[in-house]
Amino acid sequence: MMTAEKQFDVLVVGGGPAGLAAASCAAEHGVRVGLIDDNPALGGQIWRQGIAGANSEAESWTRKLRSAGVEILCGARVFDHLAPDLLRAEMHDELLELRYRKLVIATGARERFLPFPGWTLPNVMGAGGLQALVKSGYSVAGKKVLVAGTGPLLLAVAAYLRAHGAEIAMICEQATFWRLTKFGFSLLKYRDKIARARSLRKDLTRVPFSTGSWPVAAEGDGVLQAALISRGGRIEKIACNFLACGFHLVPNTELAALLGCRLRQGFVEVDHVQETSMTGIFCAGEPTGIGGVELSVVEGQIAGHATAGHEDLARSFLPIRQKLRKFADALDRTFALRPELRELAAAETIICRCEDVTYDRLKVQTSWRAAKLQTRCGMGPCQGRICGSQTEFLFGWSPDSVRPPIFPTRVESLGAMLRDVEPEYEMRGQQ
Amino acid sequence: MPDEITLTVNGQSVRMPLGATVAAAITAASTYCRHSVSGEPRSVLCGMGICFECRAEIDGRPHQRSCQILCSPGMRVSTQGNE
Repeated sequence: MMTAEKQFDVLVVGGGPAGLAAASCAAEHGVRVGLIDDNPALGGQIWRQGIAGANSEAESWTRKLRSAGVEILCGARVFDHLAPDLLRAEMHDELLELRYRKLVIATGARERFLPFPGWTLPNVMGAGGLQALVKSGYSVAGKKVLVAGTGPLLLAVAAYLRAHGAEIAMICEQATFWRLTKFGFSLLKYRDKIARARSLRKDLTRVPFSTGSWPVAAEGDGVLQAALISRGGRIEKIACNFLACGFHLVPNTELAALLGCRLRQGFVEVDHVQETSMTGIFCAGEPTGIGGVELSVVEGQIAGHATAGHEDLARSFLPIRQKLRKFADALDRTFALRPELRELAAAETIICRCEDVTYDRLKVQTSWRAAKLQTRCGMGPCQGRICGSQTEFLFGWSPDSVRPPIFPTRVESLGAMLRDVEPEYEMRGQQ
Repeated sequence: MPDEITLTVNGQSVRMPLGATVAAAITAASTYCRHSVSGEPRSVLCGMGICFECRAEIDGRPHQRSCQILCSPGMRVSTQGNE
């Protein structure tokens, strides 16, 4: 396995809105910037480049990055941290050693999934997950989709899928009508968001939208055939090809935790210029608090300018950040998960999908750590990224410390990690 | 057509648009990507490289996250592998 070493003034991890903005703003000041992302193309989840059409925002930022000479490393996954200024990543068949003076963590967020009977059936997937699949070339035309869960993402996904030919059977939002109405009024302060809400309403004309409603089971023989939903205190069965389910977002904080950055209530703590508790390590976007794309861009801009030593410019964004953070707080209040959602899993419902650990085996455990040791929950390839946010919600368990590798790696890469510990260690049977 | 790629999923020929991921091809051609440790069929969940449910054998390499890999002409994908 080849090892390539690269050196940057500013290294940005994550090519979504926050990372693109950070890399671009840092590069404006003439410093050497690298941008690394796990996905095949830049844009992150919200600006994922589609087959049918590239995303204009992602494209315009990418153009800026290229003309500023930012080195873009796509399809590369950071898995270990060797020294305060050195990260290790895998890219195709190459091992990368990335040195930096300043680091920006812009690792985004993932969807929260909640377990209910049948949720592991094929075609029960994330709301953002199905959208990503369609953007990645899957034709959803003519398919019947039930969109369920919570948060503004559900509407955006439903509109996107409908525009690509799907029939939206229903949108089930667990939040109450009363909470959503209050949230609607709070939008009046944000002109962009009102415009988006209006256009969504137009795109979703005649799509049934149900509040105080959530999935309770998925049924099918080997693949999804119908979803059962709770609506107005009654259970309804709706036939569908896909159940696109997302219960808002969970921040990707694994890298920040590995690097020793302080977390508070699950989010990375940052100061006025997005610097974490670790000097020289900055964090922008969803890992600092779920606040949406505009806030992510603003935080990225602040971090970008600050890492390049232009704190004055970074500070000019503080008022807008303040305003957008208030919006983030309103999101949190509106889409807080109702307690009934803790009761959906049956005894035999699988919680940890990697290791097939069921609810009844977990409910007798006392902590995340005990569950890992006793049942292998969270020990599979996703390393608890899916089940960890569930057990936190279901049982109140908090995750323990993060250890490298933070993603499963090839044996060759593990060999490189082991050699750091024991210089004389040699891989046998591998080259 | 130059804008399309032909690959095989479990031996069946599938045409996908240029730039499509293997996960999209699998969803079009098969009902599942892999079987879990207890033998359940599983398919794409997160679509963004985190959940590892979309793993499949791609050109002989097992356990590849199909949502993070683009289709290429003549690629051979298998969802028949076991844990």
